[in-house]
Amino acid sequence: MSLPAPSLYGEPLLRTEGLTLKFGGITAADAIDFALQPGERLAVIGANGAGKTTFINICTGYIRPTHGKVFLAGRDITTLGPRQIARLGVGRSFQLPQLFQDHTVRQCLELGAVGRAGRASWFKPLAQSVDQKAVTEMLELVELQAHADERVTALPEGHRKLLDVAIALMLQPRLVIMDEPTSGVASEEKHAVMNTLMRALDERNVTSWFVEHDTDIVLKYATRVAAWIDGRIAADGKPEDVFADPVVRREVLGSK
Amino acid sequence: MRHLSVFRLVVAATFLLVAVALAVPWARVPAISFLCFGLAALGLTVLMRAGQVSFGHAMYAAIGGYTVAFLARRFPGADALLLALAGVLASAVCGAVVSVFLSRYRGIFFGMLNLGISMVLVSLIGKLYTHTGGTDGLRFERPTMLGMTLSRGDFEIAMLVLVVVLALAALWLVQRYFDSAAGQLLAAIKTNETRLEYIGVSARRVLVQGYVVSAALVGLSGVLLALVQGLVTPEAGHWLRSGEYVFIAILGGSATAVGAFLGAAVFEIIKLTAAAYFTNAWQSLLGATLIAVLFFAPDGLMAARRARRKDVSS
Amino acid sequence: MNTDLLMLAVVDGLSYAGLLFLVSLGLTLICGVFGVINVAHGSLYAIGGYSAASVVMWLLPKQPSALLLVASLFVVALVVGGLLGAALRVLLLRHFQDRDPILQLLVTFAVFMVLEDVQRWLWGATPMTASEITSRLGTSDILGVTFMNYQLYLVPGVALLAFVLLQLLLRHSIAGRQIVAVIHNREVATALGIDAARVGTLTFALAGVLGALGGALSVPTTSFVPGLGAEMIVTSFAVIATAGLGQVTGALIAAVLIGVSRSIAVYTVPELEVVMPYLMMVLVLLIRPHGLFSVATARKI
Repeated sequence: MSLPAPSLYGEPLLRTEGLTLKFGGITAADAIDFALQPGERLAVIGANGAGKTTFINICTGYIRPTHGKVFLAGRDITTLGPRQIARLGVGRSFQLPQLFQDHTVRQCLELGAVGRAGRASWFKPLAQSVDQKAVTEMLELVELQAHADERVTALPEGHRKLLDVAIALMLQPRLVIMDEPTSGVASEEKHAVMNTLMRALDERNVTSWFVEHDTDIVLKYATRVAAWIDGRIAADGKPEDVFADPVVRREVLGSK
Repeated sequence: MRHLSVFRLVVAATFLLVAVALAVPWARVPAISFLCFGLAALGLTVLMRAGQVSFGHAMYAAIGGYTVAFLARRFPGADALLLALAGVLASAVCGAVVSVFLSRYRGIFFGMLNLGISMVLVSLIGKLYTHTGGTDGLRFERPTMLGMTLSRGDFEIAMLVLVVVLALAALWLVQRYFDSAAGQLLAAIKTNETRLEYIGVSARRVLVQGYVVSAALVGLSGVLLALVQGLVTPEAGHWLRSGEYVFIAILGGSATAVGAFLGAAVFEIIKLTAAAYFTNAWQSLLGATLIAVLFFAPDGLMAARRARRKDVSS
Repeated sequence: MNTDLLMLAVVDGLSYAGLLFLVSLGLTLICGVFGVINVAHGSLYAIGGYSAASVVMWLLPKQPSALLLVASLFVVALVVGGLLGAALRVLLLRHFQDRDPILQLLVTFAVFMVLEDVQRWLWGATPMTASEITSRLGTSDILGVTFMNYQLYLVPGVALLAFVLLQLLLRHSIAGRQIVAVIHNREVATALGIDAARVGTLTFALAGVLGALGGALSVPTTSFVPGLGAEMIVTSFAVIATAGLGQVTGALIAAVLIGVSRSIAVYTVPELEVVMPYLMMVLVLLIRPHGLFSVATARKI
């Protein structure tokens, strides 16, 4: 585990200011002021419906907030969409894995590589128009080489989750947001998976933000924890401190 | 390898077609018609790759055909190849313009908006008869081909060769496009557009590209048919014609480029059978066949064929 | 354009809007409940009109009253539309019901093609009309302009009545509320015990009646020839796209918008007549891409 690298100008990698989302009488996000420093490994915990995924959706441009702003390395990205934010170096994986159902595992990664390149050949076959070394490396990283040429629909849930993360990593982002990356992975393997992922992210200097329900995983791999309750961040700090917070213990951990 | 067996099939079919057409004069125009329908269906197949169906694409055949007719009448010395190029360009440009608006839509909206725009165009063509010849259409003189003035028979042979060459070229290029990175992005629109956006790809831009290709292909078919007949009518853009193109594309299956021509062949056979035995019921026959295909083999004939071959080999 | 012509154009437009609304209502109901555009709905319009014209022709030698003639239009619409609509669902569409909406649309398109031929077999290409009815109902003089009572009162009246009745049906009857429930969320509705299959057949029958009624009420003022079904389906799609798919009140507003603008075009720039509906639709969609009253769709991720 490496210490967070100090940012050059003191500017957080991602920052929100008064970020609010209200609809139909529900406040999914309540004036959130939040900052993520480069090099951090942030774990986000909270009960279902607390607002964790909604917050991710807003920060990645999928939903427009009712009020407030989002900044990426100092740049206002509030009105940008997922495509532009992805191009600015943010990769994301989803609660329900978002894969390309008609394609193979390898092709999904190749498409990710095309996304990174920003250009797509009309003539060269997909496999030959991307850097296969990067694809192979990624396959090895998430241990999906054996399934490389299978349709994604044939994969078990845990593998689909990993592939989802892998696709995001093909973008070579500086921030990767992972929504429950180990859900669906057998509990014996969760640590192995997180270990591999985190090591890879450290090697590439990628800041990570992941939603996680398993407290052991959080304690072992996160440098910081934010606990969400009813659209607000109720506690934010070192894992030991957040888990010791009585409100968190009652509202979040108690509900397990 | 899949492509190899298809390649052999295509080569054999081409030889057969050309041989028959050269030997039997009255088979030439039907052969050209079959290939043109195949080209148009190929255009629709491109869009179906992205999971979209357009119910108005015949308008590009009309645009291509009328461009050829206008230019042939205005510049009587123009060569057929130049006219063809102009027609295809016109269709592609119109496709580009339309797709800027339409690329925001998917599914039913996409299909029906295309239909609406095509009906507007066709009705305008019908009403502005001083320019377009109205419902009778526009006739034009047989143009030169590569600088040579040809008799009717020779012109038909030359057109046949041209159409065969262009169909084969289109088949090859479109299949390459499908296999390419851009073509795979197009296919990804069908399955997960959100993910595409999240990897930094503009689904709209990819769809626009596919749309322009499809408009150009349908335009090409309209251009070639107009050249061979020396005539273009509003029927070339009629929604029924669009429906036929959709039908052929579905029949052949949208997974491969060659499916469009397979579908066109089956369609041509149905049409000839219907004309011979059920002259007043050919639309219903087509409709009934479409329902049967949609029920039993919605991925088309090519997929059914591949499924059978997979069963055999495994 | 002088005021006389303007008044004629508006009344013409409102009458046409009334018919357009009836047909579009049927289309939008099916779209709302099933998410499918029923292209064969255009055939229901055409067949409704042709059947009504045939029945009127059969009645005329028997010296019927004006009331009977008008009533016959409704009866034809009820029987022909209801049966055909229900048959379409039960015999065919039910077997495709969980497939891709585009696939279902294609099936309805195929049915449309078959029904086009059926029209030709049954009625040929001779224009059919029932202008007796409009002449029987007479005219009214308003501000010095003569209007047909049929266009001025009957058609808009029926359209408004249908609108009110449908709203009542959807809100206050059990069947209606089941339809609304299925429109909002099919799975939840089924979990609550609503028989989605029966709701489906009912919706199709109701939509069929509306489509056929639009046709039957058109026949006194329009000459029915082959091809009207195609024109009507595309125009009614323009109406429901402008309104927002599944929106009933929106359909009324959009029908008036499109009907009146088309009518004004007929009296001023006739070449634009057929273009008007799509022009309106494109203009609206440029500002609100999914229609005037569209509902936001749920989050997917």
